[in-house]
Amino acid sequence: MPTIVVEVMPKAELLDPQGKAVLGALTRLGQSQFSSVRVGKRFELTVDGEVTDAVLAEVATLADEMLSNSVIEDVVGIHVVETAAPAGASV
Amino acid sequence: MRIGVVTFPGSLDDRDAQRAVRIAGAEPVALWHGTHDLDGVDAIVLPGGFSYGDYLRCGAIASHSPIMAEVIQAADRGVPVLGICNGFQMLTEAHLLPGGLIRNDHGSFICRDQRLRVENTSTDWTNGFTEAQEITIPLKNGEGGFIASAAELERLEGENHVVFRYLDVNPNGSLNNIAGITNARGNVVGLMPHPEHAVEPGFGPDTPDAMRSGVDGLTFFTSALEGLLARA
Repeated sequence: MPTIVVEVMPKAELLDPQGKAVLGALTRLGQSQFSSVRVGKRFELTVDGEVTDAVLAEVATLADEMLSNSVIEDVVGIHVVETAAPAGASV
Repeated sequence: MRIGVVTFPGSLDDRDAQRAVRIAGAEPVALWHGTHDLDGVDAIVLPGGFSYGDYLRCGAIASHSPIMAEVIQAADRGVPVLGICNGFQMLTEAHLLPGGLIRNDHGSFICRDQRLRVENTSTDWTNGFTEAQEITIPLKNGEGGFIASAAELERLEGENHVVFRYLDVNPNGSLNNIAGITNARGNVVGLMPHPEHAVEPGFGPDTPDAMRSGVDGLTFFTSALEGLLARA
C-alpha cells in the first residue's frame, strides 16, 4: 500500500529545546563531533488506493494547515513510498 | 448572564473556570467539545489543561473539535472569548489570535505566582483594570513561549494588541515579554497565566496583606460580565 510521508521541522531560527537536550546527552556520551541536533516529526499517511495528483495536492494542503503550524514549523518534505504489505496480509 | 466553559479531553481547569465565573456573579455553563452546541451562552472560556495530551502541537487537535466551528463563528460575531493557557494555544491554532506558543526556552515546566502588567484595558476581559495596573496570578506551563514573526510582532505592538506583559522575570522566553494578546475587536483574549486560580480569598497567590489572598484574576470575569450587562 502506498504511504505518503510528510516531514515537519521546527523553524530553523527557533530554539529547539528537544534537539538541545539530545545534543547534551550525546555530548555526555563523549560524542563531541556534533555541533547541533534538531528534532522534527515524520507523518506516514497510508493511502487506500492510488496516490493521484489530487491526493498529493490534498496532502500538501493538510501538511500546511493541520500537520504543521507555519508560525513555528516548516514542511520540509512530502514524498511517496511504496510499503510492503504486512506479513500474512492478502494482496 | 451565562458564560460557557468548554471541556475538551484532557482539560484540567474547566471546573476552576466555572467556579471563577460563578464567583464573579455569572452563571457557568459546561460545554462539551464534541457537540456543535454553544447552548446560547453570552461568552466563552477555553480552559487550561493538556487537551489530547498535547499531541501534534499544544491545542492543535482541540482547535479542530466540532464545537470550535461555533466558537470561531461566535468570536467573529463579537462574543467575548477568553483562552487560558491551553485555551490560548487553541486560539492561535484556530487563527483567532496570531503567533504561536513554543516550549519554554529553559526546557522545563514552570509554576509560579507571576506578576503582570495590564497593557490594554479596552478588551472585553480587561475593561475593569486600570491602565498599566500590575497584577499577580498563577502561571503554569511547559510550552508558553510566545513567538510571532517580526512583522506580526510589530503589528501587535503598534495596534496595542498586547494585553499582558510579564514583569520581574520572563518565565518562558516569550518575545517582548508578552503574556497575552487580543484581536482587533478586543473580544478575543488569550494568555498563558491563569486568572481562574486567583478569584477567591484563601486560594489565590500570596499578597503583602495576607497569604493566598490574591484575587486579581476575578477582574477578568467581572469585566466580561459587566460588559455583557451594559450591552443587554
